[in-house]
Formats: sequence, C-alpha cells, structure tokens
Amino acid sequence: MRNVSNGRIARLSRPLVMHSRILVIVAALILPFTFLTPLWHMQFVAQQYPEGLDLYIYSHALIGGDEGNDLTEINILNHYIGMRELLQENFNEMKWIPLIVGVITILTLRAGIIGTLGSVLDVVMFSVYFGIFSLWSFWRKLYLYGHELDPTAAVKVDPFTPPVFGHKMVGQFQVWSYPAIGTWLFFIFGLMLIAGMYFTWKKKPASG
Amino acid sequence: MKMLLRPLGLIPVLLIVLAMMFIGCGKQPPERGARRGAGIGASDRAAAALATYVAPGDLDEYYLFYSGGHSGQVFVAGVPSMRHICTIPVFTPYPGTGYGFDDESGEMLGGYTWGDSHHPGFSETNGEYDGRWLFINDNANGRIARIDLADFKTKQILKVPNISANHGSSFITPNSEYATMATRMSVPFPEGTYADVTEYATKYKGVVAGIKIDPKTGHMSLGWEIVVPPLDYDLGDAGKGPSEGYLFWTCYNSEREFIEGGKLEVTASQRDKDYILMVDWRAAEKAVADGQASTVKGAPVLYPDKSPGICYYIPLAKSPHGVDVAPSGQWIIGSGKLSPTTTVFDIEKIKKAIAEKDFEDTVDGIPVLTYTSVREAEIPVGLGPLHTQFDGKGYAYTSLFVESAVAKWKLPPYDDPSDMSQYVVDKIPVSYNIGHLVSAEGDSRSPDGNYLVALNKLSKGRHLSVGPSIPESAQLIDITGDKMKLLYDAFTEPEPHYAVIIKADKINAVEVYKKDDTRWSKNPNAIWSAEEAKIERRGNTVEVWMMAVRSFFAPDVIRVNKGDKVIVHVTNIEQTRDELHGFAIDDYNINIVIDPGETKTVTFAAEKGGVHAFYCTNFCSALHQEMQGYLLVK
Repeated sequence: MRNVSNGRIARLSRPLVMHSRILVIVAALILPFTFLTPLWHMQFVAQQYPEGLDLYIYSHALIGGDEGNDLTEINILNHYIGMRELLQENFNEMKWIPLIVGVITILTLRAGIIGTLGSVLDVVMFSVYFGIFSLWSFWRKLYLYGHELDPTAAVKVDPFTPPVFGHKMVGQFQVWSYPAIGTWLFFIFGLMLIAGMYFTWKKKPASG
Repeated sequence: MKMLLRPLGLIPVLLIVLAMMFIGCGKQPPERGARRGAGIGASDRAAAALATYVAPGDLDEYYLFYSGGHSGQVFVAGVPSMRHICTIPVFTPYPGTGYGFDDESGEMLGGYTWGDSHHPGFSETNGEYDGRWLFINDNANGRIARIDLADFKTKQILKVPNISANHGSSFITPNSEYATMATRMSVPFPEGTYADVTEYATKYKGVVAGIKIDPKTGHMSLGWEIVVPPLDYDLGDAGKGPSEGYLFWTCYNSEREFIEGGKLEVTASQRDKDYILMVDWRAAEKAVADGQASTVKGAPVLYPDKSPGICYYIPLAKSPHGVDVAPSGQWIIGSGKLSPTTTVFDIEKIKKAIAEKDFEDTVDGIPVLTYTSVREAEIPVGLGPLHTQFDGKGYAYTSLFVESAVAKWKLPPYDDPSDMSQYVVDKIPVSYNIGHLVSAEGDSRSPDGNYLVALNKLSKGRHLSVGPSIPESAQLIDITGDKMKLLYDAFTEPEPHYAVIIKADKINAVEVYKKDDTRWSKNPNAIWSAEEAKIERRGNTVEVWMMAVRSFFAPDVIRVNKGDKVIVHVTNIEQTRDELHGFAIDDYNINIVIDPGETKTVTFAAEKGGVHAFYCTNFCSALHQEMQGYLLVK
C-alpha cells in the first residue's frame, strides 16, 4: 500500500504535461508587460481639482498624470504640510523590484521548459512572498512620508498614512488608491501558474 | 364791424384743433422714458432664457471677439451666454495681465499708450476660420496686430508707413495670404509731408495696403501699398470663391474736398454716389514682382495710372460704410448710409465689365465701372444701412443705424424685380443705433445661421444707471427661424466696433506653457528651480534670474545701488493651470504677471533709494500674502 502523502510529494517531481508547459511559458511572457503598465494608481480629487491629480506607480518609476505635472503639483501642495518631496530616486524599491521581476520571469521560463511541478510551486511561493513584501514596502513608504513631516512647515497637520488600498480623505483631497493593470497582470500570472500546476497534478499516472 | 368779426374767424381754427385732439386719441405717444423693446411677452422671455442660459460649469458654444475701440483691446465673450470671459490687451498697456510693463510687450507697444482697435479678422483656410490667429487694426496709428489663438496673446504689432487712420482693416483673404490696411483720412503723401488743406484734392492721397501673412508663423510684413485718390477708405472685405483675388473697400468723400469750416459731413455728402474700390491683389503682387513698385518711406508703392489693371471703382449709393461678400462669393453687397437701399453687385458682371472696358468714368487713372452694368439689385432695406452679415441659408442681415434695426432680406435670384420690397422679409428693432453686426462664422464660406449679435452704439437706459459715461450694448438675436428673436442684452466697455464669432471647438488654446512645448522658442533666461536663481552684477548693471512658485520668490532679496540698471527675469515654474504669479515693486510703477511656464523680463533704473517691497500681485495660494521680498536700493 502506497503512502498517500509520500505519493503527493512525489507528484511534485513530475515533469509538466503539455497544457501546463504552455500555460507556464505564456505566464512568464506576461511578466515583461508589467514594466509597461503601472502597478498602482493613486488619484487625488478636490473641489478646485475637479479633473483630479493622478500618480502612477510603476515597478521602476513614479509618474504623475498630465505629462508628469501632477507629481510636481502634489509635491508643491505637500510642501505646505512639510512632507518630503516624492522623488523617484528616493524609492529604492524601484531599483530592486524590476530585478526581481526579471528573475521571476527567467525562473518561470525555466520551469516551463525543463521544470517539474515542484519548480513551478517554487516560483509561485517566491512570487507570493515577493508580492506581500512589495506591498508592505509600499505601505511603509507611505507611512514614513505621512509621519516624517517637517516640524517647521507652514501648515501643521497630524501625522497620517495615505491609503494603500481604498479611499481616504486627506485634507481637502479625496484620495483613491487601487492596484492598476500591472498588478492585475501579476494576478493573471499567478492564476496561470496555478492552472498549469493543476493540469499536471490531476494527470493520471501513465502506469500503476 | 370788421374789428368785431375778426375773433369769430378763429372759431373754425379752434374746431379743427379740437377735432384733431379727438382723432389723436386713437394712437398715443409712448410714455416718456419708457424702455423701448423691453415689453416682450412672458413665454418669449422663458424661451430666450433657455436659449441663452449656460449652466454653471457648462461651456458656451462660440467665442465672440469684440474689438475694444479706443480702449485699444479685444474683449472675449461666450455665445450664447454673452458672458465676458477675458480681455486681450493689444494696443494699450493692461496691468491686469502685466501687458506693456515687461520689456517685450513694452517694446511691441512702441511708446504708444493707446490704440483704436476696430475690425478683428480670423485667419482663414479655404475661406473657413481656422482658429489660428486673430488680426486687429489700430485706426489711430497706422498699425495692425496679430493675436495668437493658441495662447490668446498679442504677438506682433506692425507699424506701416504712409497709412493715415487705418480704418479699412484687417480683412483677411480666404487663405490668409493678406490682411488689409487702408487710409481713412487722407493726408499728403508720403507721410510727414506738409501741404495745406487747400491743396487737398491734389496733394492729399489715400493708401491701401496688402499685409502679407506668413502661412506658417503668421508673421506680418508689408506686401504692397497703392496710392489712391484722397477719399476716405473705410470698410472692406476680401472676395472668395468666384471673387477670390479681389479686395473691396467702400470709400466716401468722392467730392475729394476738405473745406476749412465747411463741415465734412456736408461737403462729403453732395454727390449722389461714392465708390467701392476694388483691388486685384494678385495683379498688385505681380506688379511688385515685375519691379513696378517704387520705394517710398521703405514701402513698395504702386500707382494706379502707372500700373493699370489693379484698381477699379464701382459706384455705390452715397456715404457708404460697409461692403461685404456673400458666402458664395458671387454677391458683393454695399450700403450707402445716406440711401435707404443696399446694393447687390454680381462679380460675374463686374468681371465682364472689366473685360469689355465698360467704364463710365476714370478717376486719377482708376476706371469707374458702369453702375447699371454691374448692379444686380437695390434692396429697400431701410434707413441708414451699414454692414451686412449672412446666415448661409440665402439671407442677408443689414444693420440700419438711423432706423435702429436689423433688416433680413433675401439674396438673389429674384423672380419679381418689379417690387424689391417683398424681399425684405423681416425686421427687428435694436437698442440703440446699431453699427456693425456679426453672425456666427458670418464672414466665412459657411455661416452657421443661428446667432446674430447687434453691436449697438448707444445703450441708454437699458442697464442700471452708471452716470453719464455709459457702456455699449450688444444684443444677441436668434436667426434660426423666419422671424428674428431678441434673446439677450449684454454691455461692454467702450467700445466695440466690429466683432467676429467662431465655433468654440476650432480654438485649441494651451492651458499652461509646458516646459518642453516646442511651439514657443525657449527663453534663454528661463530658470526652473530655486537652485538656479542668481544675481549678477556687471558694472552698474544688476541682472537677476528669479523664479516664482507657490508661495515664494527666489531670490527674495535684491540689493542694488541707487542709479543701477536692474534687469529682472522672472520665470513662473508652475505647470498647473491658473497658477499665475505677479511681480510688482512698490513705488516703481512695475507690475508684470507671469503665466505658468512663462518667463518675463523687466528692466528699470533704480532711481528711488530706500527699501521697496516686491510681491505677488496675482492671487496664487493660501500663502499668497506671504509671497513677497525686498528690493534694497542703497
């Protein structure tokens, strides 16, 4: 009688079936597109800014709407409350996130071409960890910007954290913060990997 | 006995007077002081209110550009709301936008502190407004200006020699090849020449000119001038379609007299007919290219007797003030203000008369076409006809100054020319004494036929009293139906003459001067951060590169010595709409306003010692009041 758990673990060393290979390789090819699309979108709307100010967070860049001017405008407004200027060069995340995305792409391609079920699982686990860590890092950044305010600022406000997810009132601004296309691409990537794993997992053994 | 009977002779007279009093009861004179034309019915009021109401946050359908007359400016309003939106300073300094205070605009004004802007004209492509530039003449100082509609700023003022009182301007040809200029008040030629008015008929001359427009940049330069007899060249239009290639000007005082103390209003009204001057501008262009022009005061000048085939006179009912080309280009419509008719000429008949040399006279070498050969019809529109506009639906609208009304009449063809009065299909009274009128895209090949604005010279009593110095009145009229309907009264600063209306979507103005926009040449003195700000001294000259942003200037202290020449370049580094900053120095008569992304330079001599505050004049932010600095003059 076979040991069930041993059998499940053994399945991890199965080479991928054709369906799984295709899914994993296509998933890997989706990742480079996350460089072209923002991961997060923050929108600031106030009575005198009816068209809103947009801030797009890419894996490698911080870009304001209106050809970049919205970021300048956000910084001009923030200087009144003594918030540090949002500058791309101060976001170390934007240096290591693209590198990690590249590493994940290569690992995924490798898993898709020569890998086993287990190597796909490794990629999934690593990606989930990477996603959670990035989100925490993003939240931490916003927290620090909202708490390390210049005590000599013209306008004194209580320390605050801008919203990472959802809606929040900050001063006269309504702020919306939501994942953008790039993050959804990561989700699709993850779902495709899981689907790929499923096909190989469910495949009946060829013999015995 | 005779003495006794005499009083009885009065009895019939008394009876007649009594009878007249009873008969007169039928029609009473209006109550003195009553507001004429105000009594429109309640349902009409509701319809007019709906037709003109533009809800908060909504935008108007059209731009209306009024000339500002002797204010020297252009006023911009929206149609149908008639709300004044902004003033574009042109010939007169305007502290509101700092115009005339910085070096560049000050230089453009050329030492003049006023102008008399009369007739705005849009640039055109294929006879349609293209929304690129607006041209406007200065009736007082021989100038014409160009406003760029990409930023609503005056970009060029061209001073042209030999033109005296440039009234017949700035009419634009269908592909913006030329804008026109013309002498209204003839003076001895060339400019600066002295001759007594007793020599008016021979020594005094009029000049009409073609101002060449660069098709890419809009830059204006003098193309040619033609020396014409001393009449008053007054209003004009450019031909289009079959009449393309011709320019038309009405002119009065064909008596060519100026008798001292003789009252021009009398002496210039003696002849039954005056003229339309017609100029073949392609022929003028060719004559200059062929070397026929002589240079006078720097201008290439043509003489009609030496260069035949360029100028023609067309007789027109006396004292005309307006010639307009119908959208089709076939009908040339002229009005003599002292005749109750408007005359329609056919360009085909005009061309035929020229080909057949069908001339009734010659004036200083200019052939006069035979009136009866070129006239299509005379329309009995009413008293004091001036200017005509069109709806693109086969009708024309002529302003009637004396009658204080607008007449709507049908353009040719006419089935029954025996009774021309039947073709005057509607008339609406206006308040009061209309000069020009303008319909939506009314000078183009395809007028929109919905709105007409009556530009009235008098507004007496139709607004809250503001004492004896009274604004002008502009009335919006609905011309979509058979009957014209009065919609709205608007009042303007003095004093619009002509105006033009353009569909709003044809204008695409920038919101700010983007740092990297290639439409404008980069200002070498622009700086884009506080770190770049600096002050340099060279001998007795102090040059400052300053930046302005919410809510500070950098530098905010300028130290100079009394008598120094001070040059301040201020860049507004904002890129956000409506974040303008001003830069004013107390007691130095300096106030410039810098738009987002703009750099302006002001140069002055530090003649007043002591400490002078400078500050932001254009409200910018919550800490605008704190946006200040000091000029220290040691």
